[in-house]
Amino acid sequence: MTTRPERTTTYDADALGWFGGPEEGFGGRFMPEALVAALDELTVAWQDAMADPEFVAEFDTILREYAGLPSPLYLAERLSAQVGARILLKREDLAHTGAHKIRNVLGQALLTRRMGKTRVIAETGAGQHGVASATAAAYFGLDCTVYMGSVDTRRQALNVARMNLLGATVVPVDSGSATLKDAINEALRDWVASVDHTAYLFGTAAGPHPFPSMVRDFTRGIGDEARAQCLDRFGRLPDAIAACVGGGSNAIGLFTAFLDDADVAIYGFEAGGEGFETGRHAATIHAGERGVLHGARTYVLQDEDGQTLESHSISAGLDYPGVGPQHAHLAATGRATYLPVTDDEAMAALALLSRTEGIIPAIESAHAVAGGLRVAERLAAEQGPDATVLINLSGRGDKDMGTAIEYFGLVDGQDAEEPIG
Amino acid sequence: MSTRTAFERARAEGRATLVGYLPAGFPDVAGGIDAMLAMVDAGCDVIEVGLPYSDPVMDGPTIQAAAQQALDRGVRTADVLRTVEAVAATGTPTVVMTYWNPVERYGVARFAADLANAGGAGLITPDLTPDSAPEWIAAADAHDLDKVFLVAPSSTDERIAMTTAACRGFVYATAVMGVTGARATTSDLAGPLVARARTAISAAGTDLPVGVGVGVSTGDQAAEVAAKDGIGADGVIVGSAFVRTLLDHPDDRAAGLRALRALTEELAAGVRRA
Repeated sequence: MTTRPERTTTYDADALGWFGGPEEGFGGRFMPEALVAALDELTVAWQDAMADPEFVAEFDTILREYAGLPSPLYLAERLSAQVGARILLKREDLAHTGAHKIRNVLGQALLTRRMGKTRVIAETGAGQHGVASATAAAYFGLDCTVYMGSVDTRRQALNVARMNLLGATVVPVDSGSATLKDAINEALRDWVASVDHTAYLFGTAAGPHPFPSMVRDFTRGIGDEARAQCLDRFGRLPDAIAACVGGGSNAIGLFTAFLDDADVAIYGFEAGGEGFETGRHAATIHAGERGVLHGARTYVLQDEDGQTLESHSISAGLDYPGVGPQHAHLAATGRATYLPVTDDEAMAALALLSRTEGIIPAIESAHAVAGGLRVAERLAAEQGPDATVLINLSGRGDKDMGTAIEYFGLVDGQDAEEPIG
Repeated sequence: MSTRTAFERARAEGRATLVGYLPAGFPDVAGGIDAMLAMVDAGCDVIEVGLPYSDPVMDGPTIQAAAQQALDRGVRTADVLRTVEAVAATGTPTVVMTYWNPVERYGVARFAADLANAGGAGLITPDLTPDSAPEWIAAADAHDLDKVFLVAPSSTDERIAMTTAACRGFVYATAVMGVTGARATTSDLAGPLVARARTAISAAGTDLPVGVGVGVSTGDQAAEVAAKDGIGADGVIVGSAFVRTLLDHPDDRAAGLRALRALTEELAAGVRRA
């Protein structure tokens, strides 16, 4: 990570956080006035930090020595042979705490310390961002409170225990649908009252400016590393890159380095859930409408009165009715293509990767694998075996074993092949 | 009718304006209208009709609970406009308090037109600041609607000047750093904020009224907020305490309305005591 690529791309936001301008574009800041001063302060602090070589160097050191990064770019040979194209996996599953999310929280917590704040708050769905935040808070000696929907605290008791062990306070949220979006609402309510000494470690590249751009800056190492690793090893860029998209932090982390590589096709895979016809999905770009959610104009799953609809995905990390505004912009401009992957497709890819490569991916990442393999099959047919697809394996599947046991009937000794068919 | 008329009348009477909030559709659409009419009758000068929204980040548990009840019973944006029409028909300025997405979804220009047709005074926009509101400002100006933006204790002087300059009707000063909900004591942040807002308003050469909300629930607090030798607000804005009277009587609407009237009278006396 010694050679850092260009800081900016042609798809960046303007100074007010608009991707594609305030009229037709996405992002901006739709927030209570009470939080504007804090968001302005954060914007200045983040820009100063990113321009400060000492901050950047310290961030790199922490990622390397504490989080185990850069992650390898792995040529999945058995999978490649099966598909007939070269499949590269960016192994973010090997990072500390098991996913790319550690990059974002370490970046934001380092910034928190630089700003002189002593407390962090975070929202979490399944608990991954909560665990990562609690980890970063422990690392930096910050007080940490995590808001989590009460439906999720019951479903993810193990992660609640992890956060407690790491010294964080977990607050169950009963309001609304008692899931991720309501945890975000509650964290914002806390922040309105605590903003003088508290930083909000937002879990994804969504929310009001500067969060979408700041979270991208902290996660873009994924793509910066992968691009250099690919060039280094194969002397060329991939034909296509693929990532899963919920809020979109791992995806924007991968995409950013490639945005101005016009020959690299970019794919984001959203949670198709049980399929559109059922209405139970989280494919926000594919099926949502322009709107405002959690402080940004973006695509939102909403009813005809603008009330947020509940999303669904077998993967808790993709189960969000909004999406980061830069993804909305990349979709609208056609620079990236966003497609749905259903629960069943993702679980089939999870089983395939487990058996073919000995890697159990997070169910979120399994969406990227399923979609990436779809792209690879098409490219292989067009270009032959030199076709190269780089897939972000954003996290590992340990946390999903409960779901996998239930889905595949593993405890009854059933074979995983059966339900996949 | 602009909320401005209510502030002018109160000013002429040498007292502060009482602004009362309830969400539309709570406990149901007809019940909500009845409750707001009772508030008018018992002394509210301005009614704020809340548009229930699925993700109300500025609201504490009391208003969240009422809005959720309204949503669970299927309240629609059209019901909110119907409520405005019924309340505005009394001649009391009636303003809608809404998070931004439902307005954007309805269509900003269409919402402004329909609100004006219903006799509504304008909008209070808790998650829309003037610098993000060009479309709303244009639509409001086209229909002479009030644009009530918020200022907070954390607002810089520059932002207070920018915000008060963009307001029509009044400016909403949030007295505490926090979400809506009753507080036992009046915030010591309210006084300095009102003073800073006044400085900006007189520098701009207008006499935009300043309303203070968030945390006020009793007649004594209303008097304190309105006191000319104290915080000196032109308006006292009360929400959660009104909602609470109805939440406390889920099975006896008549009792809920009696409690609502009693609270309105107490607060109306409070703004007159200052």
